[in-house]
Amino acid sequence: MTETGMNNIGVDKAGGGMISPQEAAARVGAGLAARRACEKRFRAYGRIAIGIALAFLVTLFVSIFSKGIPGFFQHYVTLDVTLDSARLDPTGDLSVQSLYDGDARGVIRAALYDATGASGRSGRKAAGKIISAGAEQRLRNAVLDNPAILDTTQRMTFAVDDDVDSFLRGFIKRETPEKDRRINDRMIGYIDALQEQGLISFEFSDYLIFGSASRNAEMAGIYGALIGSLLTLAVCLVLSFPIGVATAIYLEEFAPKNRITEIIEININNLAAVPSVVFGILGLAIFIGIFGMPRSIPLIGGVVLALMTLPTIIISSRAAIRAVPPSIRDAALGVGASRVQTMLHHVVPLAMPGMLTGTIIGMAQALGETAPLLMIGMVAFIVDVPGSVTDPGTVLPVQIFMWADFAERMFVLKTSAAIMVLLAFLILMNAAAIFVRKKLERRW
Amino acid sequence: MGSLMDTQIMNIVDQPQSLEISNIPSETVGDVHVDHPRMTARNVNVFYGDKCAIDDVTLDIAEKQVISFIGPSGCGKSTFLRCLNRMNDTIDTCRIEGTIALDGQDIYAPHVDVVPLRARVGMVFQKPNPFPKSIYDNVAYGPRIHGLASRRAELDDIVENSLVRAGLWDEVKDRLGQPGTGLSGGQQQRLCIARAIAVSPEVILMDEPCSALDPIATARIEELIHELSAEFTIVIVTHSMQQAARVSQRTAYFHLGKLVEVGETEQIFTKPQHEMTHNYITGRFG
Repeated sequence: MTETGMNNIGVDKAGGGMISPQEAAARVGAGLAARRACEKRFRAYGRIAIGIALAFLVTLFVSIFSKGIPGFFQHYVTLDVTLDSARLDPTGDLSVQSLYDGDARGVIRAALYDATGASGRSGRKAAGKIISAGAEQRLRNAVLDNPAILDTTQRMTFAVDDDVDSFLRGFIKRETPEKDRRINDRMIGYIDALQEQGLISFEFSDYLIFGSASRNAEMAGIYGALIGSLLTLAVCLVLSFPIGVATAIYLEEFAPKNRITEIIEININNLAAVPSVVFGILGLAIFIGIFGMPRSIPLIGGVVLALMTLPTIIISSRAAIRAVPPSIRDAALGVGASRVQTMLHHVVPLAMPGMLTGTIIGMAQALGETAPLLMIGMVAFIVDVPGSVTDPGTVLPVQIFMWADFAERMFVLKTSAAIMVLLAFLILMNAAAIFVRKKLERRW
Repeated sequence: MGSLMDTQIMNIVDQPQSLEISNIPSETVGDVHVDHPRMTARNVNVFYGDKCAIDDVTLDIAEKQVISFIGPSGCGKSTFLRCLNRMNDTIDTCRIEGTIALDGQDIYAPHVDVVPLRARVGMVFQKPNPFPKSIYDNVAYGPRIHGLASRRAELDDIVENSLVRAGLWDEVKDRLGQPGTGLSGGQQQRLCIARAIAVSPEVILMDEPCSALDPIATARIEELIHELSAEFTIVIVTHSMQQAARVSQRTAYFHLGKLVEVGETEQIFTKPQHEMTHNYITGRFG
């Protein structure tokens, strides 16, 4: 192409003249069809690419939503429980210890036997399996919240066991031979009895939102992981935003342009491409190995994620600073502002939308990160909700990772539901990034 | 593909230039000295890396006068202008030799702080560059950072005064809270002038202040420059020779980093002493 072009010019020059306007128009016209075809082809490629991307996205969402939406609900059984204070609160001081010493389990079972008409040793054993192990805790909490209900009969709702839930959803078939299914014929009989009385309901799962990690699928929830995620992100933000922005400002505006700065810049750019698990190993070696800090705490998780998000924030902040027109700097310097004043009064406010966008994107990345947190032990099974950054905890993506390992049908559903919650947070954060950018930029 | 054409273009550009270079005088034609100089430049050389942008320029800038710098693009007039308040400091590769003094004090001396210097030598740029803040804040910014006003009322006075002197007050007095970027180009430039004079400088540098403006706005700014010259020493870089003739008392003609000729504006435009000045102002090249 280049060669022919060169030759043409050479020939024309040798001819000593220009091509005539008619000849030029004819030559342009001859190439037009090819140019248009090329343009059309290029647009078609673009549409195909977008189509494929959308198809994947739709598949992903359909598969997650179809499993995730049922995961937000589970089956509950409503029982008339006689809250006998002598059995529930043997010491009579309504202390937690006293309630734990009491026979909450027996009280609930009694109500269950009444409702199902279960009798005999094996019958009662079968009926007892219908209800979740979390029922006792729920009863104790209800009594602690409102002691006035003692010695009355209350309608209370308890989650059913996850196997019963699976049966009610139809995952466990009646037709399957009794020895192959996890619930026996006797239990099915009791469940049918409860259903006939309208005592079984399919409701929004409060355990999913307010529950913590649990071995029992029907009791498992994301609350602890969500709080863990928020604490971890808070640590991450507090560390990475000021450090990242300060680094960006210094490198962009004040650092001398020499070899050392150049090496630092190259390294920051390379850090952005380092696999996140490496930061986890770093955290493990330094914070847990050298400083001897406890494992599984959001503080270390936050520090590790801050290391990971720093390059993102630095790079986007530098781009934002660079995008501020130099005329603004000139204007400020021209009236005698010092470099720091120019920076703080003019450049940083104008670059702030870009910096915040980068930070929110970085935070969204950190929210979805699993691998480095596995390295520092945030994968531990922790039932308690972390109350501070130094309490052991886990985070949402790690919780999802752990649930995905379990075989129970209900865990599969709850995994998808948790993924939906995580996605909702990510979409929320990205929307916030767009909002911040639009809102701050539109001011002038 | 490009090599052949490039060479031809180079030839076209090079030939007359090589002739001219031999014509550039080693000494500036005309009187570089004045009786009451506000700023003095002595044997100033400016380098961008290895490239010499200003070559041995000596020039006095008289008090309360307008001096215009003219010359073809790339002749160094803007570079020289930016040396007068050290705006070139922000360019890492820029190096300056010789001395430039304001009221007899070398502004490139090691102990000199550029902040008070730029408060004394203000600047108006080619493209109007108001801050993306309100009209009031644009003008008040300089006085605020330099602590010129101790009370709000005092600051209000400075802002009003500056806008009045920049001929913008009547147009904006009812909307001081609105963004300065919402004004028209000519108004924005007058806002920038108001911002520059708000810190009461001694010298105002103007780098082609009208090149982005229409003729009416240009006329307004020129009028303003004329009015301001009663109070301030003004240095203006311009591509328009008519503008130089209209607004300035002295004119300096730069070519390829050299100060070719300087003198009374009237003399430069009627009886230029150097052949190159003559060629430039008659439109032979440039």
